[in-house]
Parts: sequence; structure tokens; C-alpha cells
Amino acid sequence: MDSAARALGAEDVVAAIRAEAARRGVTVDIARNGSRGMIWLEPLVEVETDAGRIGYGPMDAGGVAAIFDGGPSLGLVEDLDWMKRQTRLTFQRCGVIDPLSLPEYEAHGGLAGLRRAIGMDQDAIIDEVKLSGLRGRGGAGFPTGIKWDTVRLARADRKYIVCNADEGDSGTFADRMIMEGDPFCLIEGMAIAGIGCGAVQGYIYTRSEYPDAVAVMRRAIAIARKAGVIGPDVMGSGRAFELEVRVGAGAYVCGEETSLLNSLEGKRGVVRAKPPLPALEGAFGRPTVVNNVISLATVPVIFEKGAACYADFGLGRSKGTIPLQIAGNVARGGLFETAFGMPLGEIVQDLAGGTATGRPVKAVQVGGPLGAYLGVDQFDTPFGYEEFSGQDALIGHAGLVVFDDTADMPGMARFAMEFCAMESCGKCTPCRIGAVRGVETLDRIAAGDGAAVALLTDLCETMTDGSLCALGGLTPYPVMSALRLFPEEFGAMKGAAE
Amino acid sequence: MRHSDPTADDITTLIETQMHLEGPLLPIFHAIQDACGFVPESALPLIAGRLNLTVAEVHGVMSFYHDFRKTPAGKLVVRICRAEACQSMGGSALSAAVLDKLGLDWGDTTADGAVTVEAVYCLGLCACAPAAMVGDTLIARANVPRLERAMEGAA
Ligand SMILES: Cc1cc2nc3c(=O)[nH]c(=O)nc-3n(C[C@H](O)[C@H](O)[C@H](O)COP(=O)(O)O)c2cc1C
Ligand code: SF4
Ligand code: FES
Ligand code: FES
Repeated sequence: MDSAARALGAEDVVAAIRAEAARRGVTVDIARNGSRGMIWLEPLVEVETDAGRIGYGPMDAGGVAAIFDGGPSLGLVEDLDWMKRQTRLTFQRCGVIDPLSLPEYEAHGGLAGLRRAIGMDQDAIIDEVKLSGLRGRGGAGFPTGIKWDTVRLARADRKYIVCNADEGDSGTFADRMIMEGDPFCLIEGMAIAGIGCGAVQGYIYTRSEYPDAVAVMRRAIAIARKAGVIGPDVMGSGRAFELEVRVGAGAYVCGEETSLLNSLEGKRGVVRAKPPLPALEGAFGRPTVVNNVISLATVPVIFEKGAACYADFGLGRSKGTIPLQIAGNVARGGLFETAFGMPLGEIVQDLAGGTATGRPVKAVQVGGPLGAYLGVDQFDTPFGYEEFSGQDALIGHAGLVVFDDTADMPGMARFAMEFCAMESCGKCTPCRIGAVRGVETLDRIAAGDGAAVALLTDLCETMTDGSLCALGGLTPYPVMSALRLFPEEFGAMKGAAE
Repeated sequence: MRHSDPTADDITTLIETQMHLEGPLLPIFHAIQDACGFVPESALPLIAGRLNLTVAEVHGVMSFYHDFRKTPAGKLVVRICRAEACQSMGGSALSAAVLDKLGLDWGDTTADGAVTVEAVYCLGLCACAPAAMVGDTLIARANVPRLERAMEGAA
């Protein structure tokens, strides 16, 4: 029931399987699971056998009869190269279980982390998160344990855990996949955060563009509440934790944490100046943890397997695993969870199999609309926070959008400015006005005015230095990286762009 | 979605369904738009009165968000993704073709009120781009024939 699978025709396949089974007089038990993340094989049908699950895909209604006839398959799903090469921790259950079956969730390791956390003191819970090395997966990479500690130590009558599920970056869908494919995992992570920080109310703020995720999440919350996983007495601990889903209204900037909090409170989604930190004065003026879906959904496995085990994976200060979202013009797109450190080129050429069009790769935008374009000569960059900053780039929410050699880079730079102008919250001039000027300047460049390149460079510097938040502050990343990589397309000499 | 001009009583009832929430304003807008297809001007003073805000404040919040409509959309809303991953797979040409066929610009509605075409920035279908949404139906690896078929199916 993953929405990518549905958008590729999964519902027709299910109907065809039902009809074919009826025609043949055989009974089939159809389970609807999330996606394994192999989007290029969706709709993927898995048939349970004694040896394991046999995969068939990409499936369409016409191919269903062949499944019944024992036609050619992909073999065991777990043995596929894409699956075998992963380290699935956060996504261990996604695509495996029925997302709304709490018994299946428990049978696959679910709730073990929450049970363990309930037996721990608050400072031990925080220490465990610190020890795991978990850093925010929403983009900024701030250590999660330190954020939680600030909220734990703040004194207030009420505290909040807010899950940032506003996943607006192009090329990203990990949050959506968790919400649709393993919603209890997010609920469990938030409950652990609530207990660790002494917060009794949680909100999941997600986007109106994700109606399926909203529906699954709301059903999962109702099931979890009924089972006592959340509610007035979390799993018999005597501690309360309530949870509610809130839906945004099409504003990208509401993914920025303070804008999100304003939106949650029913205000315009304008960015707030920091300090005060949301950890001290967040939702409704109270101490608030704001964490990305993947940050929170990784907490259960840390408590299930132990912080040390989690921290064993990764590279340098980028500990643990990261769900790469491989998107755009790729032969094999999807979600691939792996320890930090895989070189960019291996992801793009080897995992993704190069472009879908079969043409050479031109550039890869990593980290959404505020992320830099990286060229083929940067393909040895290992996937990690510091390694990417070293390239004037960022990993963001770990989405990778691949472009083939037909990509119009000045056009992409213009789009970045246009998007910033459209989504600017309006609070500061460098972003609000600068982005509009950026579009105009790129139009001049497109019209052949090479002198405007210097203007663009200055403008980007002003935006970087003078913007309050990363929307205005990082839009220069895609723009300047495109210019640096392909100066000739901007009518500039290589030297002049640097 | 019902497209009708709601009465003050309808609006008041919808407002009350959300009043138990902390920060109820966005949920109120959503409830009204889900029920009516848009948020009528006449709702703003009712919301303002109930939340102790000025009408200008309520209007200010509503206008910040791209989703909320002041007027009804066409019977069928087609949303085409304009974001980067979709562009890498020919999304711009796709949307240009659809807009051209219908004689529309982004956000416009056909003269007969049948179809509104809107831009959307990522539907989370970036690994199977380009993406679109026809009514409530998501479409991945979209092309003109597939969108046309979906539009006929929904009409
Ligand atoms: C314009 C903008 C958009 C953002 N969008 C998101 C988003 O969609 N999801 C997210 O988790 N963080 C987003 N962030 C980052 C958040 O401000 C914040 O750093 C994050 O929610 C903290 O959670 P984490 O520590 O778990 O990453 C955005 C930031 C900016 C400036
Ligand atoms: S940089 Fe842009 S989005 Fe961020 S606070 Fe300033 S105006 Fe708002
Ligand atoms: S960029 Fe179009 S669906 Fe994500
Ligand atoms: S919005 Fe189309 S691929 Fe992401």
C-alpha cells in the first residue's frame, strides 16, 4: 500500500490477482505491505513459500496469470543484490510486515526498544541516544541526544515532541515510506522521546501532498492508543504520551522547524529568529523536541539493539545508517539504507545503474532544492555530513536526484531561485527580494549577458550571509554549484566563475 | 468534495468540530475546504470571532498557505509535479503539453469549470518520475496519454 507502488498500478495488480484466483478456484491470502524501496520493481508481488518470499515485478495486471503458472520470478527477494547489500535498521520492517498489524510489528522486533526505555531513567535514555551518535536526518545533522537533553532539563508544565514530517525536498520519500510502511516505528520512537524528555504530547506535522501517509498514520495512532502503546499509561509505565497528526497546507518553508511550529500553532508559517531555541521555547512557548521522521524512527532500533551496535556503523562523525533515496533520471530508483560512507559514484553508477535514459550522468543534486549539484569528478566523495560539507555540498535528507547530459543547468539554477522566491516566508530581504533578483539575473544570463554572472555571484553571497534561515541561505548552493561545474553554459569563463 | 456555498450554520458546525485542538486554525481551514472545496470569504469573520482574532489576522494566515482556495476549483484538479526529480525525467515538457492541450496556465480552470491544473512541488514519487495527481489518484511515470486516460476516468 505504498503510494509509489499504487501510483504504478498496484491496485490493478491486486484486483487482477483476486480475479485470477477466483477464476482458478484457488484461495489466496493477499497481504498489503509497504514498499521494500525497490521502486523500479514496483508493483512488486511477493509470494510466501517455505524457502522465503519469491518476488515478481514490476508486475502489471497482464502478468498476474504467470505468477499462478509458476512463471519466471526474481527469486528470493532477500537474495536480490539491492536487498543483500543494505544494512536495514530503520527500515528493517518496511515492506516486510502489514503496516497496521501491531502483532506483526512486535514479532519483528517492534516495541522491544520502548520496553527497554521504560525500564531506564531519563538521563540513561538520553545517554543512550547520545552514545548512538544519532544526528538529525532532517538536514542540519544536529546531535539528537543533545537536543533531547536540553528539553529534558528545561523546566515547564508541558513539553512537546514534534515530528517534522513535512518532507518537501524533491528526491526524498523516506519519511513517506516509513509513515506508510511502518508507522508504529515512528510512534514508538516518539513515545521513547516523550518518556526520555518528560513530554506528554506529540505532534506529527506532515504535508497535504501525502494523503495516504496521513491516513495510515492516523489509523496506526488509533490502533496504538487502543493497545495502550500510547495514551494515559504508556505500556503500563504510568507515564502518558498522546499523539496527533497535523497536516500542512502546501508551504515548503514550513519544513523549517520554527516555521513549522508557527504553522502548528495556527499562524503564518514565518520563520522565527533563534534564540530562543525551540528546545526551550518551542510549540505554544513550551520546550519542544523537533526531529525529523527518520531521526525518530531510528530511535527504536537503537534501543532494541543497543547504542554501541548502532554507532559501530558509519564513517567518522556520521554514525549509523542513512536511507539513501535515489531518484530522478536513474535506471534503478528507490530507497537504499546503508552505513554512512558509500562513495557517491557507487550509489549513482552501481546501485542506480546510471541514468534511465541510458545517457551519461551530468550532475547529481544531493539534499533537495537547497542542495548542491555534484559532478562526475566528485563521485569519490563518501556519503557523510563532513565529507559533503568539504565539497560545498550537503547531504540534507539524503535524497539524490540524477540528471543526464541533456540537463539545462542555467535552467536548474533559475528554478532554484524561482522556488526560493515562491516559498520565501518573507521575513528577510536577501531571501525575499534576492531570489526575485536571482531569477531576473539568470534570465539576463540566458539572454546572453555574460556580465551578469558576476552580479549573480554577488547576489548569492548576499543571500548566504544575510538570510535568517537556510531557505535563503542555501539556495546559492544549487545555483553556485551549477555555475562552478558548467560555467560555459552560463556564458562565463571557468576562471571567472571561481 | 462538495462544491456549494455553505451557510453560516454549516461553517460554525465545522469550526466547532476542531475547537478541542491546540492551535485549531489550520485544521479549521482544512475542515472547511474538505467539506466545501474552498474557504468562502464569509467564513473568515466566523472563524475570527470564535478564535478571538481579527478578520485580517485570519486572512493573513489563510493567504500564507498555497493550499487554501478563496474560490472553488474546477470539478477535477490535476496536479503536476514541477520539482527537480520530475524535471530530470521530462516533467517540464509533460506539464507544458498538458497545459497547452487544455489551453491553460498554471492554476487556471477550463472555461466549462471541468478541470483545474495546478503545480505541485514533489509528491514523494521521485524514484518513478514524472509524477502527477488526477483527483485523488497518484500517477507515476506520467505521460500525456496516461494523464488523459486518468482524466477521462475521473470525469
Ligand atoms: C526551508 C527549510 C525546509 C526544511 N524542511 C525540512 C523537512 O521537510 N523535514 C525536516 O525534517 N527538516 C526540514 N528542515 C530542517 C529543520 O529546520 C530542522 O533542522 C529539523 O526538523 C530538525 O530535526 P532533525 O534534527 O531530526 O533533523 C528544513 C529546513 C529549512 C530551512
Ligand atoms: S531566509 Fe527566506 S524563508 Fe528564511 S527567514 Fe528569511 S525570508 Fe524567511
Ligand atoms: S520531485 Fe516530483 S515527485 Fe518528488
Ligand atoms: S516530484 Fe516528481 S520525482 Fe519527485
